[in-house]
Amino acid sequence: MKLMEYQGKELFRRAGIPTPKGVHAKSVAEAVEFVEKNPGSWVLKSQVMMGGRGKAGGIKFADDATQTQTLASELFGKVLKNEQNPDGEEVRSLLIEEKVAIESEAYASITIDRATKKPVVIVSAQGGMDVEEVAEKHPDAIVKYWIDPAIGAQAFQARELAFSANLPVGYHKAFPKVLAGLYDVFMTYGANLVEINPLVLTKTGEVIASDAKVELDDNGVYKNPELNAWRNDGPADEDQAAAVAIGLGMSNYAKLDGDIGTIANGAGLGMGTMDAIRNAGGSAANFLDIGGGAQAELVKKSYNLVTSDPKVKAMFINIFGGITRGDQVALGIVEALKGDDVRKVPLVVRLTGTNEKEGREILAAAGMNPVETMDEGAKRAVEFAKG
Amino acid sequence: MSIYLDKNSKVIVQGITGREGLFHTQRMVAYGTTIVGGVTPGKGGTTVPKSADGHGTLPVFNTVADAVDATGATHTIIFVPPPFAADALYEAYDAGIGMAVCITEGIPTHDMLKVVATTKSMRIIGPNCPGLVSPGKALVGIMPGHVFAPGHVGMISRSGTLTYEIVDVLTKAGFGQSTCVGIGGDPIIGTTFVDCLRAFANDPETKAVVVCGEIGGSDEEDAATFIKEHLPDKPCVAFIGGRSAPKGKRLGHAGAIISGNFGTPESKLAAFAAAGVPVADRPSEIPGLLTSRKVEKSLITV
Repeated sequence: MKLMEYQGKELFRRAGIPTPKGVHAKSVAEAVEFVEKNPGSWVLKSQVMMGGRGKAGGIKFADDATQTQTLASELFGKVLKNEQNPDGEEVRSLLIEEKVAIESEAYASITIDRATKKPVVIVSAQGGMDVEEVAEKHPDAIVKYWIDPAIGAQAFQARELAFSANLPVGYHKAFPKVLAGLYDVFMTYGANLVEINPLVLTKTGEVIASDAKVELDDNGVYKNPELNAWRNDGPADEDQAAAVAIGLGMSNYAKLDGDIGTIANGAGLGMGTMDAIRNAGGSAANFLDIGGGAQAELVKKSYNLVTSDPKVKAMFINIFGGITRGDQVALGIVEALKGDDVRKVPLVVRLTGTNEKEGREILAAAGMNPVETMDEGAKRAVEFAKG
Repeated sequence: MSIYLDKNSKVIVQGITGREGLFHTQRMVAYGTTIVGGVTPGKGGTTVPKSADGHGTLPVFNTVADAVDATGATHTIIFVPPPFAADALYEAYDAGIGMAVCITEGIPTHDMLKVVATTKSMRIIGPNCPGLVSPGKALVGIMPGHVFAPGHVGMISRSGTLTYEIVDVLTKAGFGQSTCVGIGGDPIIGTTFVDCLRAFANDPETKAVVVCGEIGGSDEEDAATFIKEHLPDKPCVAFIGGRSAPKGKRLGHAGAIISGNFGTPESKLAAFAAAGVPVADRPSEIPGLLTSRKVEKSLITV
C-alpha cells in the first residue's frame, strides 16, 4: 500500500520528523481559504502516486490567494503524464506547503534487504534527484547501513552515516533525530520503504523532510487499522482492485498483453505457465495465481475475471496440487462453465498433484479431458488462440 | 543421508485441528513422517484422527512446550493464520524446537524481520513455502508426496508448485531426490538457497543439485556465487521462472538500488553462466542437462 506525500508526512510528524508547514487541500476553495488566512509564498504540490510529478507540471508556486485560485483550478482534475506513466494520473488534492530557501538537498531511506534479512538505511548527500540514477552514476555517493532489528536504530549509526555520506555539517546535529523518526515510521507501520528525497537543509539551518514516500506492507496494515481509511484515497491499481474483489491476494492477478488467459496455483507455476506459453510461440493475457487451497468458488470467479478481458482467445488452467486440491479446482471449472452468462473460450486444463484422480473424474464426467504436461497444455492453448 | 529432515525427525503440527492442518497432517502420516502430535490452544487433551479413514489418533496439546515435553518433538510445521504465525514461531523457539517449517502465507514482513533476528538457533523454512521432503523418509509440508522418489539429486526452490512440476519431471526421467526444500517466496525467509547449498555440499548422499529460482531479488545470484566457490564436485542445473514476465511489474524503487542490476532474468542467467551452471528453458529440459553434466540416474528402492 503506497501512501501519498501528505499521508507519509503525517506519519513523519507523528514520529518527530520535521516537515514543512502546510495543509492538505481537497478542493480549490480549501486551498484559497488557507492562503488567504496565511499570507506568504506557497508551493502547490499535486498529490499523486506517480514519480516525476514536478516535470509533469504538477508543482506550482503561488504568492497570494488570487494566484492560488488560478493555479489550483488548473491543477485540480488535471491528468499528469510522463514517460513512465503514459496513462497519467488525475490530481484530486493538493498539499499546500511553505516555500523553503534551500541550502542543500540530501537523501535518506530505509527499506528491507532480503539478502541480509535486515532493514537497510541508504543515505546520500546528493538528494533531490532520482536516487537510482545517483546509484548508477556515482555509486560512491551512496552509503548503506544495515540495522539489526533486535537492536534497532541507534544514534551512533546516524552519526556514522552522516560522516561517511559526507552530509554538510548543517545536517549533523539533526540527522540522528531524523533517522530515529524514519526507523520509527518504518517499524511502527510495517513499511517496505520509507524515503525522504530531498531531506532539505534550509538557509536558516533547519533540516526538513521536503518530500515523503512511504510504502506499507499490505500484510501488516491490519495492525494499524486507522490507516485503512487512506486506502481509498489513492487511485487503486485496476488489477489489484479486480483481484481483491474476487477474494484473491492483491498481487495475484496482473493483466498482460497476450491473448491466452492463464490460471495457475502458486506464483512460481503462474510465471512458469506464462513462460511455457511463450516457449510454445504464444503470449499470456494475464498472470493469475489462485493461491494455495483454493476452493471451487474462487476458481469460478477467477475464470470469469480472466475471460472478462476481451483479448482472451483461449484459456490454459494449469494446476499442480499441493495444498490446492484437484477436485476443488475441477468443481470450480465445471461450475464456471455452467452459466449462460459465461464467456466460453477454448479451454485447456492440466490437473495433477493432490486429489488429481478425483479432479480428473469430475472433469471427465463433464466431458473434459485434461492434458498431461505443462508443455503440452501450453502448445494446445497456443493452437486454440491461433484458431 | 539427506538434509534437515530424516526418518528420525519427530514432528508436531501447530494448528493441527484446522482444516488445512488436519488434512496435511494425515497426508504426512500416510507418507511415513513421524508425526507425534499437534498443538491447538484450548484443545489440549483431545485427539485428532491419524488417518482419513479413522485409524489411530494423535494427541493435541495446548502449548508447544507441553508437546515437546510429552513427545520429544524436534521439528514443527506451522499452519496457523498470518496474525498468529510469528507468535507460533517464537513459541516453537522458546520450547527448544530445532527446526520450524512455516507454511502460512501473508505474514507481515516486519514480523518475520524480528523473528529471524531473534531466533537464530532455530532453523526456519519459509514462510509461505511448501515445506520439505526427504523422499522415502519423511515429508514435512504440503507437497504431493507421490511425485517424489528417493535418489541423489538435491532440489531447492522459491516456488511450491514449480517444485512439484520439476520433481515430477525428474522422477519420471529416473532422477530420484535426496531432499527437496521449498524455501518460500516471501521477502524475508528463514532459510535461503545458500543455506541449503551449504547443507547439500556436506551431504554425501546428494550428488547433484537443481536450483529452481524466479525473477526478482538476488537469491539466484548468491546461489550461483556459492556454487562456484563451494560445490565444485556437485553438478548443478538451474531453472528461472518468470522469464517472460514484463519488466518492472513488482520491483520497488529503493529495492532496485540494493540489488543494482540484480533481479532481472539476464542478471541471473549471467550469474549461473559464470558459475558454469546450465539453465533450462523449460522444466522438461532439466533431466537432459543433468545427464549432460554426467549425473547418473538413480532411483533408490526403500
